[in-house]
Amino acid sequence: MIQVVLPRNLQILAGVGRVVEVDVEGPATQRSILDALEASHPALVGTLRDAVTKKRRPMIRFFACEEDLSDESPDAPLPQEVGSGKEPLLIIGAIAGG
Amino acid sequence: MSSIRVLVGTRKGAFVLTSDGTRKSWKVDGPHFAGWEIYHLKASPVNPDRMYASQSSGWFGQVLQRSDDGGKTWEAAGNQFNYASETGTHKWYDGSDHPWEFKRVWHLEPSLSDPEKVYAGVEDAALFESPDGGKTWTELTGLRTHKTAPEWAPGAGGMCAHTIVIDPTNHDRIFVAISSAGTFRSDDAGKTWRPINNGLKSNYIPDPDAYVGHCVHRIAMHPSRPDTLFMQKHWDVMRTDDGGENWREISGNLPTDFGFVVDINANEPDTVYVLPITSDSHHFVPDGKLRVFRSRTGGDEWEALTKGLPQENCYVNVLRDAMSVDTLDPSGVYFGTSGGQVYASPDGGDTWSAIVRDLPPVCSVEVQTLK
Repeated sequence: MIQVVLPRNLQILAGVGRVVEVDVEGPATQRSILDALEASHPALVGTLRDAVTKKRRPMIRFFACEEDLSDESPDAPLPQEVGSGKEPLLIIGAIAGG
Repeated sequence: MSSIRVLVGTRKGAFVLTSDGTRKSWKVDGPHFAGWEIYHLKASPVNPDRMYASQSSGWFGQVLQRSDDGGKTWEAAGNQFNYASETGTHKWYDGSDHPWEFKRVWHLEPSLSDPEKVYAGVEDAALFESPDGGKTWTELTGLRTHKTAPEWAPGAGGMCAHTIVIDPTNHDRIFVAISSAGTFRSDDAGKTWRPINNGLKSNYIPDPDAYVGHCVHRIAMHPSRPDTLFMQKHWDVMRTDDGGENWREISGNLPTDFGFVVDINANEPDTVYVLPITSDSHHFVPDGKLRVFRSRTGGDEWEALTKGLPQENCYVNVLRDAMSVDTLDPSGVYFGTSGGQVYASPDGGDTWSAIVRDLPPVCSVEVQTLK
């Protein structure tokens, strides 16, 4: 299972813990993981990416394996360690507002 | 015995304050949605335990919450606010054309007859309607596509449809106020709209008597008198007695006529409350004194209500949705401040005390009178 780490505010919104596990068919990409995440937790629709255009919200970032993948294509394969469940996909609310 | 429930939206969550009909001792419940901005929450007048809350965040966007147990528990409803037709442009701060973009829900107005039906006023200005308890939202496009809309421009807080008033004697007649386009009325349940700004005068815009372009901050109606509305404009307190066809100024002896809130005593349709703010560049109360002003004559003559409110070193603001009244006799009056205080008066404004003093900055206050 793929592991996704959510920011605290979205954990509360979705009623889940820090890590959510999802299963995807085919390669693990940002799009396939977010599709699975939103299907299992509909409260998250629109909070990570625009519900219609599917564009990442400006202050949401995606990290995995110590890399910032936010500006990668949503259809680009994620590191193998994410697909295998060895490393999580970290969804981060940008550090801003201080 | 009656009880009172005060719904408070803040910059960092929602709070539910409850008391019995004496309004002396309060229980504070919250924060709900901790860390999120709650621009507004309001309950259905048909089913008081059905509540709607606008939850938003610069990071995570708009969420719409619904409660069916009086605010004890909540569930996310629908948050798809998609403009229903080509959006076009409105004016931006620099006068350029700017595409219409959804940002957040400012105000939720539950139907007066159907607990499943609720209206949402949003930024960029438009009106949405949900027939199913907030699950799905459909834009009533007649407002946003009004022929004057390409000339609308945002106020400092954004171009928001922030006030929705439904005529209790004719639910098809709806009033909406938009910053900074003005006031609009629909007589056909939101299908078509026309500006109702005759009599407004705004010296800070190119044409002070403009058809649209006035920065209306809030309008209020007493349910027994639907043709009379009171308005707090950017500057000026106004009144109409013909459903908005004509407005006249009633600022009278107010120390300043800038402000955000305006509300009406539930039992006395000519008793009106405003809370003057120093100016548009000083968003705090004048002279360090927190004073509600009450008119018992429907405007023009105002008295300062100060008993129990700080009268020195006070520099808070009170936002447009942050005052409300209950329907007990005497009517209670409530407001929340940018300093996180929620004040209550159980006697129509004569005396005040703080229910809570240290909440996050208050965005909205709504009161329910429960039988």
